[in-house]
Formats: sequence, structure tokens, C-alpha cells
Amino acid sequence: MPEILLREALKRGLEEALENDPRVFMMGEDIGQYGGAYAVTDGFLKKFGPERIKDTPISEQAFLGAGIGAAAAGLRPIVEFMSISFSLVAFDQIVNMAANLRYMSGGQISVPMVMRAPTGAGVQLAATHSQSFETWLAEVPGMKVVCPSTPYDALGLMRSAIKDDNPVLVAEPALLYTIKGEVPDEYYEIEIGKADVTREGSDITLVSYGYGMGPTNGAADRLAERGVSAEVIDLRSLSPIDMDAIVASVQKTNRIVVIDNARRRGGIMAEIAADLQQTASEWLDGPVMRVGSIDVPWPYNRGLEQEVLTDADDVLAAVAEGYGL
Amino acid sequence: MASSTKSSSKTSSKSAKSSKNGKSDAGGLDESDVGAKTDHLELFRQMYLIRQFELACGENYSKGFIRGFLHLYIGQEATGVGAISTLRDDDYVVSNYRDHGHALARGVDINRAMAELFGRATGTSKGKGGSMHLFDVVKGFMGGHAIVAGQLPLAAGLALAQQYNKTDALTMCFFGDGSTNQGIYHETMNLAAIWKLPILFFLENNMYGMGSPIENVRAGGIDFYPGMATYGIPAVEVDGMDVLAVQEATEVAVERIRKGDGPQFIEAKTFRFVGHSIADGQKYRGREEVKEWEERDPVATFPTRLLEMGLVTADEIAETKASVDEAVAKAVEFAEQSPDPDLSEIHNDVFA
Repeated sequence: MPEILLREALKRGLEEALENDPRVFMMGEDIGQYGGAYAVTDGFLKKFGPERIKDTPISEQAFLGAGIGAAAAGLRPIVEFMSISFSLVAFDQIVNMAANLRYMSGGQISVPMVMRAPTGAGVQLAATHSQSFETWLAEVPGMKVVCPSTPYDALGLMRSAIKDDNPVLVAEPALLYTIKGEVPDEYYEIEIGKADVTREGSDITLVSYGYGMGPTNGAADRLAERGVSAEVIDLRSLSPIDMDAIVASVQKTNRIVVIDNARRRGGIMAEIAADLQQTASEWLDGPVMRVGSIDVPWPYNRGLEQEVLTDADDVLAAVAEGYGL
Repeated sequence: MASSTKSSSKTSSKSAKSSKNGKSDAGGLDESDVGAKTDHLELFRQMYLIRQFELACGENYSKGFIRGFLHLYIGQEATGVGAISTLRDDDYVVSNYRDHGHALARGVDINRAMAELFGRATGTSKGKGGSMHLFDVVKGFMGGHAIVAGQLPLAAGLALAQQYNKTDALTMCFFGDGSTNQGIYHETMNLAAIWKLPILFFLENNMYGMGSPIENVRAGGIDFYPGMATYGIPAVEVDGMDVLAVQEATEVAVERIRKGDGPQFIEAKTFRFVGHSIADGQKYRGREEVKEWEERDPVATFPTRLLEMGLVTADEIAETKASVDEAVAKAVEFAEQSPDPDLSEIHNDVFA
């Protein structure tokens, strides 16, 4: 199977949608002439023209809001934030408008819009450019949130996001744009709301997503060296969350650690932990262990930033503390 | 603070005036209007309908049938009715939280609108939206939006779709003077201008953002239309108490937009005769000021003018009123007799 970069997988998903559906168009800061801050849309302006590849002013509220209006009128906009931290500027539009419109209108209006945003820390961009707000948006009713960790998932999730009739946030881990992975030429989609058991095991369940999959897989490798068989689940979707897949795994392993690359406090892993203690405590031999990055603003200095980030050692420490493995 | 009397007399002295980059010849009524395509009686009917609807809302709020926030359009009828009368069926109308008047002028069914305010299953949003969130997509009425200025980019996006689909349809977006201090207002003006979107920005300047007079919260006085020069958007001011002046000014703007001239801006000076919401005791303004504006009440003065000009008969006015009164009474009855939404509705309409 051919190998491509995650960035290229996203690009393929966007490009085929632009080719196949005249209702699809893109908006964002510097996605056209510049080619996108992470080069995902490089060449699109020339290929599809300025009516469909719209460079916007630095006005996140206005262009995200315009995306909502265009979607309400039946188009299928794909709107890019240059960083998920910048989405905060447009949170009113995302939450009050995009997510609420359908319910407020009694089902009369749909918002088939994709929001794309690079997310996560690790490249020394400090406090305002390193955050992971996909976890905030995942708790908003009416929103769907996905986050790929491989090129294969990136393409499959992008296809599903563009076809979805609801607002979908595709959080793209900035550190993973340049990882390579196998992507088949044959068409496929990945259903939103379905987790992926990426590694089967019998002793403990490790759950993560996006950039958190790196430390999670690293920890699983080291556990295997010690004869501990870890089952690894990649959430892929943060909303809806595939709790069935997680509970099914816990029923098998009786142990679980949930791992987030985002800050530990709050967030999607807290939600999963709370849900599990209500619905699966009879299956668990110990506490639901939660691992996340340290709850401070993201520091610039590389040593500090790396220390704040979740890593495999943090995962192993939680495995040992919770279950003595 | 400039005295409110001054603002009142200033706006009453003219029906429309031009800004530097735009002009409007909108004026008053004269005999040449006889036989004009606009049905004056219909304009009156709509204004009177809105007035009676709003009065019924206030009454039923007191009775406890309507809850939540209730913002009445009483006093502003001439703006919404005059402006919306110029539109086609394939245009969009977007409104703010004071949305009943715009919805009714756009032809939203009065029974379903009242039922929505009552929170009933037969309402426009099946009782999930309430007073501030009326929607009727079939009528091109795209809400009812309750975050101040939050509806502006939505309207720009609807206009973007109209442009993208290469139609000559347009979007009319209403907002109040309070919206103009939000950053998103300026962002949207700029975006609409650089993309030449087919959108009519319609400012209903009723002199107060809730209880704050404009002079207290805005640098640069009470006129907003001159500021549009910054964005190169043609802008005019019009007397919002004169339904025909509003209609004429809007016709000019609508024609320009359909020709592809891009966004246009109209500022109507108007006034709500009642509080910001039903809970407002209006401690921030004097009775005299309200009275002065009430003397120019379009629902009262317009039929008088029509009668004086001999354009309608007293019988026609009386018949119109009677039929509206009956329709409003029936709407209240319809709402009252409609069922509450079933609890199973809670989970519907979250996702498509």
C-alpha cells in the first residue's frame, strides 16, 4: 500500500470533495495564495479558483459565521482556523450559532460545515498557540468532533466529516502533519463516532487519541517487553464518544488508563472516566487512571514544554500506580 | 448627553437624507402614489397586525402563557414592514431578538408564531426556540438571533451562498444600534464589502441599547450611516416612522444589490414605545420623550394620511382592523389550545 504524509491525506480528502461536489468550498486565512500555514491547501487556488478557495481577512468570527450562513443556505463550506487556539475568537459563532441552530429552529436549519484546525503542543509555540480546545467543543450538543492520529484515519474521517450534515470539527494534531502511513487507493470512509482498537490485548486498556497515541503506543510497547498485554484504543471521535468500544475492552481487561495530550483537568478523558465509574465499575479491578499534560499555560522553553507534555513514562507510572503492573 | 428631544425633532424633520457615498430620494406620500404597485392598505394591515400581535403577547405574558424574555416591536413597525415589502420570495431575512415584527412582515404564519411564544408543539420551532428564535425557512425567514450582532455573519454567509449560486437574490439583515459596538459588526461589514456580497444591512436605530442611550456608549454621536464610508458601503438614513420613506429607500438599495453593486446600508431612526423587554421599567428615560415619538406612531398616522389623501376609505381601514383583530384573537386561541411538545422531542433536532 502506498505511504503518504498525514498532511497529504487531508489534502486528498479536501481535493476530491472540491472535485466531486460543487457545493463544497473553502475559507480561511492564507489558504489560497499562501497555500495554507501547514501547506494542506497548497495549489488549491490555482486549481479551483478564488470563488471556491477564499482567502479571508483575519476575522475568525466573521468568516466562521459566514460559513454557518452558507451552510444554512445549502452549501458545504470547509473553514480553516490557522490554530485551534484562534477558534476561541469565534466560539460564540461555533457554539451559539453552528451547534444551536438546528435545535433552536426546530430542525428547520442544518449546518453541514467542516471546521479544520491544527491542535496541540510540542513545537514551542508557547501558551497562545499550543492548546487543544477540541476537548471543549466535544461537550457542546450539536457538534461533532474528530481527531486523527494516522494518515489513513485523516482521510477517512475527512471524507465522513465533509459528507456529514452537521457541524464537524476536524482537529488536526500539528505535530503529526508530517508522519507517514499507509493509505489505500480504494475509496473508504471512517464512521464518525466509532473508536478503533489499534492493538488487541488482555491485561489493560489504554485509551487516547490524536497526538496522545504516540506516548500511548510507546507505553504499550514497553509493557509488552514486561509481558503485560495492553489493548490500545484510538478514540478518533471525541463527539460522539464510542463508550461501547471502551466498555467492551474493560470487560476483557478489567483495567484502564485514559491518556490525553491536552491538559489533564476537565476534558474528554474526565468525561470517559466519570462515565466508566458509573457504568463499568463492576468490571474494574482498580480506579480509572487518568493521564494528561500538566495544568499550566504552555511554556516556550523546550525542556519545560516536554516536561509538561504527556509521555510514555507518565502512562507507565499510571499503570503502576493504579494496577501495580 | 444630548437631549433626547433633540434627537427626536432632528429625525422628524426629514424623511431621508443622503450620506456622502449614497443617496436616497425617499419622501412622503403624494397623489402620484395612487395606483402605485404597493398596496398602502396592505402596509397598514401589516403594521397594525404587528401592533396587535405585540399587544396580545404582552397580555399573555402577564397571564403567564408566555415566559422567558419578551422584546416587543411596538413603535418600530414602519421599518420592518416598509423594508421587507420590497423583497422577493427567494430573498432571505435575518433578524435579532426583537424578531416578531420582521417575522410577521415576512409572512410567517401568525398562529405558528404565537404558538412558538406559548412554547407549544405547533410553534415555528416546535416550542424549542421561543420569542427570540423564530424561524421559517420556507418563508426565507432565517431567525431570530439573540446574541447581539451574532446574526450579522450568518446573514453574510447566506448572501455568500446567493452570490456563489449566481442568483440575484439578496439577504436583508436587521440589527439594532447596540450591535454596532461589537467587533463582529465591523468584521462583517469589511467581509461583505471586500466580497461584494448581496446583503442589505438594515440598522434599526431606536436610540437605546437596552437602557443605555447611544450617547453614553458610542463615540461619534447617534448617526451610524456616515461610518460606512470606512468600508465603502453606500449608506443612507431614513425616517423609520414613515413606512413609505422606508420602502422607497429600501427599493433603491435592493435594486443596487440585485445589479451586483454589493452591500448597502440603511439606518432607520425609530423608537420603541415600550421597554427593552417586558421586565423593563424604563427608569432611564422620561415619559415626555416617549410621548413625543408616540405622536409620530406609524400605526396611527399612516391611516390618517391615507384617509386625508383619499387613498383609502374609513370603511376599508375599519374592515382591515376588524379582520386583524379577529386573526390575532384566533392566533391566541390556537396557541392556547395547542399541546405542549411531547417529552420525546427533547432528543430530536440535535443532529441532522
